[in-house]
Amino acid sequence: MLAETVSHVDPSGSLVPAPYVVVGRREEAADVVTLSLEPVEGPSPTFRHGQFNMVTSFGRGEIAVSMSSAPGAPGPMEHSIRRVGAVSAGLCAAPVGSLVGIRGPFGSSWGIDEVEDGADVVVMAGGIGLAPLRGAVRDLVARQQCGRGRVFVLAGSRSPDQILFHEELQAWERAGVHVGVSVDVGAPGWVGVVGVVTALLPGAPFEASGALALLCGPEIMMRFGGRALVDRGVDPGRVRVSLERNMQCGIGLCGHCQLGPLLVCRDGPVVRYGGLADELFMERNR
Amino acid sequence: MNEAARRLLSGHAFLAGFPPEAVELVADQAELVSFRPGALLFREGSPADVAYLVTTGHVAIEIHAPSRGPLVIETIGAGHVVGLSWAAPPFRYQFDARAIDHVEAVAVDTAPLRVALAENPVLGFLFLDRLTAVMLERLQATRIRLLDLYGATDAR
Amino acid sequence: MCAAPAGPRRSLGSVRPGDDAVIDVGGLDRLIVLLGERGYRTIGPVARDGAIVHGDVGGAGDLPAGWHDLQAPGRYRLEQEGDAELFGWAVGPASWKSEFFKPEETVFRAAVTDGAVSIALPAPPERPLAIVGARPCELAALDVLDRVLAGGEVPDDRYTARRAGSLVIAVECGKPSSTCFCTSMGTGPDAGPGYDLALTELLTGMHRFYVQVGTEAGAELLEGVGWAPAIEEDRSARQDVVDGARAGMGRSLQTDGLAALLARNLEHPRWDEVAERCLSCGNCTLVCPTCFCSDVKDLSEVDGTIERRRTWASCFDIDHSYLHGGAVRPTTSSRYRQWLTHKLSTWWDQFDTSGCVG
Repeated sequence: MLAETVSHVDPSGSLVPAPYVVVGRREEAADVVTLSLEPVEGPSPTFRHGQFNMVTSFGRGEIAVSMSSAPGAPGPMEHSIRRVGAVSAGLCAAPVGSLVGIRGPFGSSWGIDEVEDGADVVVMAGGIGLAPLRGAVRDLVARQQCGRGRVFVLAGSRSPDQILFHEELQAWERAGVHVGVSVDVGAPGWVGVVGVVTALLPGAPFEASGALALLCGPEIMMRFGGRALVDRGVDPGRVRVSLERNMQCGIGLCGHCQLGPLLVCRDGPVVRYGGLADELFMERNR
Repeated sequence: MNEAARRLLSGHAFLAGFPPEAVELVADQAELVSFRPGALLFREGSPADVAYLVTTGHVAIEIHAPSRGPLVIETIGAGHVVGLSWAAPPFRYQFDARAIDHVEAVAVDTAPLRVALAENPVLGFLFLDRLTAVMLERLQATRIRLLDLYGATDAR
Repeated sequence: MCAAPAGPRRSLGSVRPGDDAVIDVGGLDRLIVLLGERGYRTIGPVARDGAIVHGDVGGAGDLPAGWHDLQAPGRYRLEQEGDAELFGWAVGPASWKSEFFKPEETVFRAAVTDGAVSIALPAPPERPLAIVGARPCELAALDVLDRVLAGGEVPDDRYTARRAGSLVIAVECGKPSSTCFCTSMGTGPDAGPGYDLALTELLTGMHRFYVQVGTEAGAELLEGVGWAPAIEEDRSARQDVVDGARAGMGRSLQTDGLAALLARNLEHPRWDEVAERCLSCGNCTLVCPTCFCSDVKDLSEVDGTIERRRTWASCFDIDHSYLHGGAVRPTTSSRYRQWLTHKLSTWWDQFDTSGCVG
């Protein structure tokens, strides 16, 4: 019954992954592990900020994970994975030298390559939501350092021990980027902001007119964050959110990721807030 | 003026101790409403233009998260007010409000009420004062609940 | 009306796509036999287990002669009435999607050993498929599935492999059921594009089939079978069949503005009203010829080999929308709403067509 055996497969509509080797791993906060991956054969793939791969933990299954590194950056592609189920646990436990499967890249992009010179970019992340934004922030920091426009990073977490990429946040701040970090609940030794992430907005001196805003995190956070940004004067059409739904094929064939008129894997996950996500967010059980 | 509303309002705890002209001001913008169990009083994001002074039943202030369903933040019963977002910009409800059981309330049209209160600073201050007390109480209670006092303490 | 000649005609006067012709029951039998001789796996309607379902057919004798159905909401009865009519029934519970979009199939098998993963793909289908007896609504359904599974940026390799090289012999409807509404959806009762040959069973006068040639492949097949030219009497008899079907349609659906109407009534109490009596069993999604949802799951064997398997899924399944510890659509009402708004409204947004073929 089985025909040709293939050791490297071109990922496409076949649902067959290409093997990648774990060349590095790093334990982050909050049950998150960042894996550095290189293809067994062929060059590292190109992708755009905000896209995702379907990542296979051989023997357990496949999940959608956004890239957390910047496209075209030197070094291997990175995925920061949160341990929430069997497949993610398998990936989080993958030792250096082990193999995972990759299909992708899929989905829409944050679109920061097209942002106009001079425009402020506001990045608001909640919890693990900072991971799909990390590659974009790295490039936006470089953009600011070239004088092409400012970036403002606002990151909210549940508690201080759950703050992701803490050292990188500090490095960005040292590089002159406005970085706001808040926690919902404090802890002994925490002298930073305790409050909802939207409370960081008044302290961020960005120019709302012409600004681009990127939000990623729990849906409630994106709902409140989107509204707060629009109230501040950001054009709702220039606020972008990253939607999430059950994904199994990643290529618009299995139907699981439907959200109203969208197939999130194909029409998202990044979609505009004004006139689309703001309405979809208000529909219950959709 | 709605006489039935006026009578209910004069006995409602939110307006306790208010002079009759204050009660009348509210009654001028009020009508009696009821909700069957499960009915929505208002939805997150919609314009906040009604305050509900509950006289019977319980209302859940809740927020909806996909795959976690409605999360009840607080319940509000008879003698209390549901809906505070009409008091300050952006005048949009921040949460959903749903009747848990059979609910009866006095629904107050808040936009004209605000206009009337602005024209009558003495009554306006009374309302502000009472509103502040309600908000303060809820804020303080919420802060205590944030501490998760009953959760398992850290082994370390 | 003379019987069709036994052998192929010469190229002068051959049929071409767009032409019509006539064959008798013997011709239909030769057609099915010829398909088998040419290496097709031929599947057609058969009466089995009290219903018209799909099965392998070797000749016209395998077709459900004399079987007639009675369909109504929640009711399906098949009766043998002893006549010679082969296609005197409306679409039953089987749909052609299960031939091209398999209910269950292996995507790959893999083994991870010594730092290398070897992936083996299943063999492609051995024989191309020929389907006999596709109704106009089923042709439309295949067209919808082509858009969904083959028309996107990333087509489904397995589906396209099965569709490629397949032959479709359609049969127009003469006896719609009380639950049919193809006329409302613009998908029948006359056959739309998508057939290699379309037949209409004619019972007035000699028992014969009016044939419409759709493609070169269909023309070539018909040449192999032999045919007689269609005369005016054949054409008008065929028109009578189709007109009769149109007039006898059991239901109608108002489609003007339907997509927008559903989109702005997501909170209508009607969803709850229907959900009250809906078991959320998902049978509708199994029977529906355009439903395409699937699960993609990895299974591991005791010996360490892995199989990625794709199986039919249904949006009525509570786990269909599972995310972060719960279902996004936890109520029957929300799942029923998803199914219907997708079928009649958001399918347009996603695939620029309705999801319903009537």
